[in-house]
Amino acid sequence: MSDIHGNREAFSACLDHAAQNGVDRYVFLGDYAGYGADPGWVIDTVMERVTAGAVAVLGNHDAAAIANRTSGMNDAAAAAIAWTHDQLDAGQRDFIAGLPLFVEEDDRLYVHASASEPERWNYVTELYSASKSLMATQAHATFCGHTHVPALFHMSLTGKFASFVPVERVEIPLTPQRRWLAVLGSVGQPRDNDPAACYAVLDEARYALTYVRVPYDVETAARKIIDAGLPSVLGTRLFDGF
Amino acid sequence: MNAKRLEPGQVIDGFTLEKPLDPGGMANFWRVTRPDSDMPMVMKIPLMRRGEDPITIVGFEVEQMILARLAGPHVPRFVAAGDFERPYIVMEFVPGRSVRTFLERVPLAPAEVADIGARIAFALHDLHRQHVIHLDLKPSNVILRDDGEAVLIDYGLSRHDQLPDLMAEEFDDPIGTGPYVSPEQVLKDRGDPRSDLFALGVILYFLSTGERPFGEPQRGGEWRRRLWRDPVPPRRRNDKIPPWLQEIILRCLEVDPANRYATAAQLAFDLQHPEQVALTARATRLERDGQMAVFMRWLRAPKRAPPRPRTLSGLLAGAPIVMAAIDLGPEATGLREALAAAVRRVLVTAPGARLACINVLKGPQVLIDTHVDAQGRSLHLQRLVALKHWARALAVADDRVTYHVIEANDPAAAIIDYARHTQIDHIVMGARGSSTIRRLLGSVSAKVVAEAPCTVTVVRLPAAEIPQPGAMA
Repeated sequence: MSDIHGNREAFSACLDHAAQNGVDRYVFLGDYAGYGADPGWVIDTVMERVTAGAVAVLGNHDAAAIANRTSGMNDAAAAAIAWTHDQLDAGQRDFIAGLPLFVEEDDRLYVHASASEPERWNYVTELYSASKSLMATQAHATFCGHTHVPALFHMSLTGKFASFVPVERVEIPLTPQRRWLAVLGSVGQPRDNDPAACYAVLDEARYALTYVRVPYDVETAARKIIDAGLPSVLGTRLFDGF
Repeated sequence: MNAKRLEPGQVIDGFTLEKPLDPGGMANFWRVTRPDSDMPMVMKIPLMRRGEDPITIVGFEVEQMILARLAGPHVPRFVAAGDFERPYIVMEFVPGRSVRTFLERVPLAPAEVADIGARIAFALHDLHRQHVIHLDLKPSNVILRDDGEAVLIDYGLSRHDQLPDLMAEEFDDPIGTGPYVSPEQVLKDRGDPRSDLFALGVILYFLSTGERPFGEPQRGGEWRRRLWRDPVPPRRRNDKIPPWLQEIILRCLEVDPANRYATAAQLAFDLQHPEQVALTARATRLERDGQMAVFMRWLRAPKRAPPRPRTLSGLLAGAPIVMAAIDLGPEATGLREALAAAVRRVLVTAPGARLACINVLKGPQVLIDTHVDAQGRSLHLQRLVALKHWARALAVADDRVTYHVIEANDPAAAIIDYARHTQIDHIVMGARGSSTIRRLLGSVSAKVVAEAPCTVTVVRLPAAEIPQPGAMA
């Protein structure tokens, strides 16, 4: 699950959905805070899961929130960061500060934005940026987010790159002979014109990845954003998924 | 894995190698067994020659990925796949004759060509329904089982509509097998199921004439020629080919996929009902297009295929075969009108649909002369005329509607059977008002609804229009 962005409604809908569908391990790819009205709850929930064995990495909005640094962000994002900074307590700030930029597990790599220079938060949006990430690691499968648009990139044994738009609920075998880069959609602020929250499930036994969309209570999430005094566009955009 | 070191008796991941089979172009095949299974199995092991051969490696990946997702009688059952260190695929061994063996006897009689063609078309339709386009259809990739069913093998170049296309970016040149590659594949479009219909057209052409429509071009540049140069009409090569078969073959070989059959099911339908094939200029022509027409096509031939937004399931859903089962009795007049309205609504939503109008002539199928009325006129023929009369109101193009009178004892079973054999996607039928007898014994429509292999729409008259129970037989 990636880019939860303080959206409690979307996050809990996804967690419920995952529990009902036999998920037994969780990986969080960063940006727990920023944009949404419940950063504290989201971070607390992630902390609980990590204590129980989940994996979590750092996102750029998380780093910005604890440092209260907004350079390079648009006005709405900057306002959200400043507000978020004031919401977090010491325990939550310490948790964020202790998160790694990436985690390697077996033949997989988990990172927020890209395996290539993770601290620069490069967007993986097309073949060139994908190729840089794929070439930067030996991992068989890399999982990232940051763009809020689901996509799947792959590199064959002969070094050819290709992209694919995943089809919801269709299991994609991550074949062993090539390397894969799965860009997750966003749980809390989708940007691919589909307002439903997005996460993905990896079946380790079959090594197959399935992207999932979970509709959630957008109205409540949006209302909370507006009630909190955050820029209203951050609320209204949730209805469009853009 | 070095193929030379394999020997009978060797065990790989629980599979015992029994004996080697004839090798293919890119793989070795071994009959294998496993203690827990009676099913005859074959293990396919890619041949890794010197250097890395992308088409072998990637083709193997593709087959591993896609075969595991296919099911049904027209595909060898997937059993297991090896991993990166030791690649292999174990699948069901399919006994039967490869269509390649038929090539020794070409040209075949039209009826036999149509029969083989229909079997392959059925298999293709099943494949397309599972979101897979074969893209390398040729005689050596079709096995006819003893019971007649066609099994499609070798999925190394195939494409699953909902999975990444592993082959797409691999090569600068188009991939496929020269004589069978469709024009859109030459333009590197790997997303059109009608490409398989083109390849089937090439097979039918070869089986019925003994010649290949586009020769055996070796290089990619020569492949482009089919974008503008149409083939010699089959009847020119073999005058025993009837017009309906030429019509079917040339329609499959149309350069623009939109001018071919919309689905394999519709192609199978025509192959099974030659007397109902709508004949156009294609059917009787004996000459190829003139120089001017060819030149214009050459000028307009695109370098690359236009982008494709459609999905396979969208394509199949837009070209269904609809069956209207009609009761021609005098008391069902109102119901027939309601049925026509319902069928019209269905056809409006699917402009590519074909309509099969069916009537069941009830009675034992004994002698042809049994169904004769008091004046000695054939009931069968009368019903056929009545069916056509009913369908006139629907204003469907002639080449999209067919009429059939089926003589059977059990109407429901006849309808279900017909639907199953002709890959009907949607049955529309009427149900008369309920009567005590019908409730007790079960109506035809209830049985069809329970057992049909597809969607069934049951049309009823609104309560006010139903004649009183006592008035009906």
